[in-house]
Amino acid sequence: MTAPNQLLDLARVRADFPILRQQVHGKPLVYLDNAATSQKPKSVIDAEARYYAEYNSNVHRGLHALSQQATDAFEAARETVRRFLNAAKSAETLFVRGTTEAINLVAQSYARPRLKPGDEILVSQMEHHSNIVPWQLVCEQTGALLKVAPINDAGELQLDAFERLLNERTRLVALTHVSNALGTINPIKRLIDLAHARGAAVLVDGAQAVPHIVVDVQALDCDFYAFSGHKLYGPTGIGALYGKEKLLNAMPPYHGGGEMIREVTFEKTTYAGLPQKFEAGTPNIAGAIGLATAIEYILGIGLDVIAAHEHALLEYATAVSKDVPGMRLIGTAREKASILSFALDGIHPHDIGTILDHEGVAIRTGHHCAMPIMTRFQVPATARASFAFYNTREEIDALYRAIRKVKEIFGV
Amino acid sequence: MTDLRELYQEVIFDHNRHPRNAGPLPDANRSAEGFNPLCGDRLKLYLKVEDGIIKDIRFEGAGCAISTASASLMTESLKGKTEAQAETLFKEFHTLLTEKAHAPASFPDKLRVLQNVREFPARVKCATLCWHTLYAALANNSQPVSTE
Ligand SMILES: Cc1ncc(COP(=O)(O)O)c(C=O)c1O
Repeated sequence: MTAPNQLLDLARVRADFPILRQQVHGKPLVYLDNAATSQKPKSVIDAEARYYAEYNSNVHRGLHALSQQATDAFEAARETVRRFLNAAKSAETLFVRGTTEAINLVAQSYARPRLKPGDEILVSQMEHHSNIVPWQLVCEQTGALLKVAPINDAGELQLDAFERLLNERTRLVALTHVSNALGTINPIKRLIDLAHARGAAVLVDGAQAVPHIVVDVQALDCDFYAFSGHKLYGPTGIGALYGKEKLLNAMPPYHGGGEMIREVTFEKTTYAGLPQKFEAGTPNIAGAIGLATAIEYILGIGLDVIAAHEHALLEYATAVSKDVPGMRLIGTAREKASILSFALDGIHPHDIGTILDHEGVAIRTGHHCAMPIMTRFQVPATARASFAFYNTREEIDALYRAIRKVKEIFGV
Repeated sequence: MTDLRELYQEVIFDHNRHPRNAGPLPDANRSAEGFNPLCGDRLKLYLKVEDGIIKDIRFEGAGCAISTASASLMTESLKGKTEAQAETLFKEFHTLLTEKAHAPASFPDKLRVLQNVREFPARVKCATLCWHTLYAALANNSQPVSTE
């Protein structure tokens, strides 16, 4: 790892991302939709291509050289993920398709067999749909109840209400580390401790956190931690679920199939140990290798360097927003990741999105898969700019030039 | 690429700022709800249909400029039309936007201002939401319609 506080060489890191060089509608691409998915450095693209060009083969199955090489690379990728999260053992890091699959796995394999009618699952009002719907499904299946901890007008979790909602019926607490729609960083360690004090297990949705924050699952003492590769500069279709070994061992498999068994007869099947028990079928081998390459890439820059740069961008963008009449930020938490959700008086976010796109500025507009947040703030949708370490102050200036153009076109 | 001004024509801004036929219709005998999950737009459409003729039509809902203007223009162009004429217009409008086909000469000019929406594929659903909702209302379909 590079030494912390080393300044970010923006020109150099931007050169690592081939996609950033293009023009959109005749304007240089200003990619500010990183919370939806981030761009991929050349090293990640090359690592996937190299796997397919040089050692494509199935893992854990063949005796031949290529299979061995693929298996080694796949398991080395798991070790990289383990190190990234500081899990105690690599067997505790499962490869999944992404955060969504990770949460569904925990809902069906951990929660479902344990929940009884009247038991409670506690989530927050700022969750992504993928940390709501899997719990609603398991509640329907078991008769458990979904409880929701409210947020305040700044988009921060209301700690006192959260504590009051925790009780002896709470079996599981599922919380996002960082909100994708608001940018709020939750005091996750404190929330985990509160939940544990009540005997509830905790799943953390880390989809938006891992690109910005150093995560140490042992220090957090969370029971499960989920993230997606594609928001972490890695490929789509790959992500990881960390789970404590003791819990994973006690859980039934999520999917059945090849790879996850020890012995199969028509009378009885015994399952493989961790992590294979939860990885039925041929995994996304290229994806895992690409994800590990992405992790190496960002560790090479340093998450602290990344966070400092992104924070400066957020502060700058937040300050400029105050000079734009009619611009209102949705999500003004004290602790915030580099997400700027906003509304413009009298202009629907969809219209903002189209006009910004015309200026080459890519943002997300809509409900951000967090409809309860839209309801909470009484907006149908928001416009959201989300910054990555390769974004520049000039790009934020371009964002605001485009926002002024929106206002000009709409005459407000 | 089509210029933004061709999408956001003055007529569209006018209808967005001052939507015609906006609000509830207490003596409606047909209604339907439309929803665009992509952007969260919701639309309620009310019709008063007598002897197969649309005597009155109003809409409620919050949406983008394109969807509000489209609903406003649609209600204006449907008043006094028969159900069969309305259905024909729905089909012509839909074809105009999704298949880039030409509309027949009889197609109202007023609705042609939305033609350029087809150059912005992500926005086609904004313009067609009200028409899908109309279709459901005419079929007296009480299930909310969705553009997805
Ligand atoms: C906070 C949060 N949780 C979960 C997800 C779902 O991630 P994925 O679609 O990669 O499974 C996202 C992605 O949008 C997210 O932002």
